[in-house]
Amino acid sequence: MALSNIFDIAGSGMSAESVRLNTVASNLANSDSVSNSPQSAYKARYPVFQAVQDSLAAGTGPTGAADAAVKVDGIVQSTTPGTASYDPGNPLADANGYVYSSNVNAVEQMADMISASRSYQNDADVLNTSKQLMLDTLKLGQS
Amino acid sequence: MSFNLDSYLGVQPDALEVYSQRADVLAANLANADTPGYLAKDIDFRSALAAAGQSDGKGGGQGAPASAGGALQPETTSPDDLTAGSPQSGVSTQQYLKYRVPLAPSLDGNSVDSQMEESAFAENNVRYEAALTFIEGDFSNLNTVISD
Repeated sequence: MALSNIFDIAGSGMSAESVRLNTVASNLANSDSVSNSPQSAYKARYPVFQAVQDSLAAGTGPTGAADAAVKVDGIVQSTTPGTASYDPGNPLADANGYVYSSNVNAVEQMADMISASRSYQNDADVLNTSKQLMLDTLKLGQS
Repeated sequence: MSFNLDSYLGVQPDALEVYSQRADVLAANLANADTPGYLAKDIDFRSALAAAGQSDGKGGGQGAPASAGGALQPETTSPDDLTAGSPQSGVSTQQYLKYRVPLAPSLDGNSVDSQMEESAFAENNVRYEAALTFIEGDFSNLNTVISD
């Protein structure tokens, strides 16, 4: 039954969005982290989403390749350079008195968080509605 | 006189099957709302239902299992049957899948419009419920005939 595929698809969407929310949480938590070199400074992380066309969820349905679940292909680190600030009192400061902060843009992260949360809500909504439809179908002819 | 439940219920079971597959496609669109390069799809409902009705009419005449019953194995009457669509259901909508025309282009090549998909999903659900109600009514009519 095609409706049961939705549980896989929406579930994969919710799982991917929760990975995204996790990276946002990690980025925001480390937005004020400093380090003693530009290389070791915290870099913002982003998940890479990919549609899964040939998975369990996709191959079995009558719509074939259409029922694409989503998966997190990997986590990439932002390559934007972070800022260096002069803070000789900081124990992490390098020989010249500089500390290197993360390249996390808090505003961007907040927008990302809202987007992930909305997408998660959409998936949860789809899941709930499909569950209701399946229950109604099960009750067919019983009233 | 033989009574055929499939023809009694008419087009509604087929419609139910196509609606549930459309819900599948729309759910996939929503799940991939943030996937770069993903192209939103939708089922051309009219042609899919017309095809579903045809396959039903062909099989129903021989007393074959209902095409809308996903769990039933469809009867194979020609060598083409095995290759056509999925073996799990008589209604295959794969050839009626169309890419959605996006309202506005996006930078990452994703053509999913969450609002459009969400409203299409809601509409699809209402239609599914309507088809269920029609079948429900048919069954209750049948019940009246049997019990009175």
